Amino acid sequence: MRRFTLIALPYLWLLGLFLVPFLIVLKISLSDLNLSIPPYMPQLDISAGWSGLMDFFSELDFENFVWLTEDDLYWKAYLSSLKIAVVATFLTLLVGYPVAYGMARAPSEWRPTLMMLVILPFWSSFLIRVYSWMGILSNEGFLNQFLLWTGIISEPLQIMNTTTAVYIGIVYTYLPFMILPIYSALEKMDDSLLEAAEDLGCSRLKAFWLITFPLSRAGMIAGCFLVFIPSIGEFVIPSLLGGSDTLMIGKVLWEEFFNNRDWPVASAVAVVLLMILVIPIILFQRNEQKQREAEG
Amino acid sequence: MAANGASVFAPWDDPDQTPLIRFENVTKRFGDFTAIDNLSLDIYAREFFALLGPSGCGKTTMMRMLAGFETPTEGKIYIGGQDMGPIAPNQRPVNMMFQSYALFPHLSVYENIAFGLRRDGQPKDKIEARVEDMLRMVRLQKFAKRKPHQISGGQRQRVALARSLAKEPKLLLLDEPLGALDAKLREDTQFELMDIQEKTGTTFVIVTHDQEEAMTVASRIAVMDEGRIMQVATPDRIYEFPENAYVADFIGDVNLIEGTATPSGEDEVTIAWAENQQPIRAKTQRKLATGQKVFYAIRPEKVGIFKEEPTDVVNKAKGRILDIAYLGNLSTYHVQMPTGEIIKAQSANTRRIARRPFTWEEEVWVSWNGTGGSVLED
Repeated sequence: MRRFTLIALPYLWLLGLFLVPFLIVLKISLSDLNLSIPPYMPQLDISAGWSGLMDFFSELDFENFVWLTEDDLYWKAYLSSLKIAVVATFLTLLVGYPVAYGMARAPSEWRPTLMMLVILPFWSSFLIRVYSWMGILSNEGFLNQFLLWTGIISEPLQIMNTTTAVYIGIVYTYLPFMILPIYSALEKMDDSLLEAAEDLGCSRLKAFWLITFPLSRAGMIAGCFLVFIPSIGEFVIPSLLGGSDTLMIGKVLWEEFFNNRDWPVASAVAVVLLMILVIPIILFQRNEQKQREAEG
Repeated sequence: MAANGASVFAPWDDPDQTPLIRFENVTKRFGDFTAIDNLSLDIYAREFFALLGPSGCGKTTMMRMLAGFETPTEGKIYIGGQDMGPIAPNQRPVNMMFQSYALFPHLSVYENIAFGLRRDGQPKDKIEARVEDMLRMVRLQKFAKRKPHQISGGQRQRVALARSLAKEPKLLLLDEPLGALDAKLREDTQFELMDIQEKTGTTFVIVTHDQEEAMTVASRIAVMDEGRIMQVATPDRIYEFPENAYVADFIGDVNLIEGTATPSGEDEVTIAWAENQQPIRAKTQRKLATGQKVFYAIRPEKVGIFKEEPTDVVNKAKGRILDIAYLGNLSTYHVQMPTGEIIKAQSANTRRIARRPFTWEEEVWVSWNGTGGSVLED
């Protein structure tokens, strides 16, 4: 009995806080727009009994999903989000790997401090941190002022309100999620492996490529998923730093919901986004499992 | 091996032989700490040379300098007559078997062994043949496709050995190679190592803190302490003729008796060591001054134990049995002199324990002859 309760608790949690909300969103995505509160129909009328329930289900349809395929805004937004997420993930990997490597190679008494520095940004609000990038990147921002002062440029660079700014924002925000798993993979590595590789005829660079790199692969994969999954649905960064040409599905969803007040279409967008994300999430889980088995 | 005595393997006694490895006044410091202190040493080709000492004595530093992972602060190291100073680890004719084995966890047993060969860019079929040879040598053909975490500790040890021998190095370094194995497996592996060393003709330098292991496998042993070599000799000489109290004490069990020497003739000395005891008479080559403080070292198995006062013996002393250590085949008796000194005497248990002739608190005599022990200067 106690065992059952123990297992039941997390399942009830998931049921109440994940499955039920998802079913509500799914239901709205199958409904039609209506000028009322809430702004969609049909509403479930329990007092009408069995026939009411049948009426309710007969009015649900996939119209909104069909609409998503008809207007090219949506698939373009999905594709563009996918592209931005892939590129941003790759950039985060490029920045994060050397940082993680440096941390793992640092004297062990420094490591807790370095780790602290990586985590420290989480102590202030995400929104504030993205806002401060506006102060850095805008035409009158610190970056342009600095570059103008050094004389490298004579005209301020237009970074703010471009996709570049979105990349900068995503890389900055999700960098710790990339660094930490790579660091933990590198830190576990036995230094004598590199000595052994060198002893067997490798140069330092070759030893890195043949030993360090493959041994940190699981960490890199984990880091990439942890960056890719949230950044594909990212809304705050593109809406604050991006311009009109930055098309991301999170932003489309927000506009659909709050500007157009079209809850059913917004819900359909969300359901499709979730479907798209299920694939990398499953792959991520599989990578974690494989890693655990290898360490077995 | 030829029947005549001249073919006994002892290149260190032959002045015409040039050593494979030469340490020339090597000093290594880490900050203020001197790990190796002005040390010179020759090791010859085909030797199985053991660096023996407690942890922190500098033996691992010596090995890491040979591999090229550390560079001497002062002095030079030669391998095959070549100064190793400017030569990187990956350019040396040396391979190392690591204490942790350092097997690459993402590569199979086969790929681990092939790793060094691939770096040399040898042709594929040659690499394949060599790896197969190595797998056969360590009897792991069936495990070629396994990853290191899928095999046992003993098998991992053999993979590490095969990997380090695959490139046919002139010199193989073994860092506590058997440390992680249990006692029984360790013994088997020691003989296997000697066998492989003989078959391949590679020079082995082994680092160990286990004196029994060093005695078993090595052609010569260097006993080290605090960055200095205390003695370099064959195992039997190290045991029978230790040059100083440290070596005598480190290797095996020993009675170290402190006393004052009085030369008493050709190669002979008497040592006064306790009140009311007959002075020890011992043979020695050392030139000692009268009244010089010395240690007399004698192994327990060279000390006899008797109920009655023995006659016709050079050295004897009377005492009381304080303790008996029963070791199965042997018993060690701790015999206390009236003045407090303890002399350990060992005898074989030829009878069952119930019929043991001596017991606790019994008055007994211990005796030994004049050549059994060593006179050591302080």
